[in-house]
Amino acid sequence: MERGKNQHLYRKLHSLSGIIPVGVFLTVHLFVNFTVTWGMDAYNTAANVMVHLPFKYFLEAFIIFIPLYFHAIYGMYIAFQSKNNVGSYGYARNWKFFLQRLTGVITFIFVTWHIWETKVQVEFFGAEANYHLMAGIVDNPISLALYIVGIVGSVYHFANGIWTFLITWGITVSPKSQKFFAIVTFGIFVVLSIIGVRAILGFA
Amino acid sequence: MAGDSKKIHLIITRQKDANSQPYQEEFLVPYRSNMNIISALMEIQKNPVNAQGKESTPVIWESVCLEEVCGACSMVINGKPRQACSSLIDQLQQPIKIAPLSTFPVVRDLMVDRQRMFDSLKKVKAWVPIDGTYDLGAGPRMPENTRQWAYELSKCMTCGCCLEACPNVNDHSPFMGPAPLSQVRLFNAHPTGAMHKDERLDAIMGEGGITTCGNSQNCVEVCPKGIPLTTSIAHLNRQVTLHSFKNFFGNF
Repeated sequence: MERGKNQHLYRKLHSLSGIIPVGVFLTVHLFVNFTVTWGMDAYNTAANVMVHLPFKYFLEAFIIFIPLYFHAIYGMYIAFQSKNNVGSYGYARNWKFFLQRLTGVITFIFVTWHIWETKVQVEFFGAEANYHLMAGIVDNPISLALYIVGIVGSVYHFANGIWTFLITWGITVSPKSQKFFAIVTFGIFVVLSIIGVRAILGFA
Repeated sequence: MAGDSKKIHLIITRQKDANSQPYQEEFLVPYRSNMNIISALMEIQKNPVNAQGKESTPVIWESVCLEEVCGACSMVINGKPRQACSSLIDQLQQPIKIAPLSTFPVVRDLMVDRQRMFDSLKKVKAWVPIDGTYDLGAGPRMPENTRQWAYELSKCMTCGCCLEACPNVNDHSPFMGPAPLSQVRLFNAHPTGAMHKDERLDAIMGEGGITTCGNSQNCVEVCPKGIPLTTSIAHLNRQVTLHSFKNFFGNF
């Protein structure tokens, strides 16, 4: 795949798929979760709407699973191709480059585990997608800690990914615009982290 | 006099030939004012005795211009890639650690083979083709403001510091590195060079091309000539995005 003629297309699509649809889905997901801070019934109502969307399997396949695992598997290949050197070159951008790869691996593992514990249990083992399913998982403090790491890690990966997407697609060219969007995407990281962590604590 | 005067302590990573294992050797070189790494290495050449007082061999390095414009004497000095000629002893912390660039195959000691960079320049057609059977006459003029930033890009001396610092330039990545990419921007900005813009863009859309960049932006930090490499890469990202849309949807 990498050695072939389509490397350029794959890389551009890899960058794009992280934002649209995967990043957009992550944001919607965290917003839906946030309803739990209004109470169990509010969350169950919101989750119920998501579970009963029309053409659900089509939406899940093309908006979630195919782009998600294309991004994840190709991303692993990219992550392990780099020779991280923050020890010798401790510049802020180089740290963000390293963290982007680290959080990519964390998110891959976390999301796969999360899908196993929720989606797979609901589809194949008769669990019900409601407040109690999540509350049961994060009842264990280790699981809760891993969820917080997973959520903050994925949100970082998404926010920093917006910054690199803007460069990869040639939108932010000048150092000035790159600096501006570094601040904007950091803001996105902080806000989405707060939303995500407050939501998971709503289940604990 | 020589015995009790100030010494410069050098720790040099050496290698007998391309295939042997690297090793470290220490040297104590007599100090003079205003020395640089090259003149310190010349002292070893004059008297190849290491810090233990044992007879050694002169340390091999490559250098040409001695004024930081040729790029030949790049090496890793106290952990950072830079030119030996412009690395002044008085400004370096001792002991001074000197190692060859790790991205390129070592020929011997501090001398490396930067051929892959020149191959990349050929691959991306980093020139303006004007040869033919008749005189083409004067080309179009370059606007002055373009000339000003293009001049900055033309300072690239293929020294290899940006490739050395880039985490995506390594043995298991085909990435050509920032230097040849920036040259594509330079030659695409040239009014005559722009006539072959598409060929250069096609070249950097191939294997090891522009999308292999991971935006660590180390290159722009270490470039000794202060070339805006990350701006070049971002600008080329825009050029290839537009180019690929034109390729697919049609260019009219």
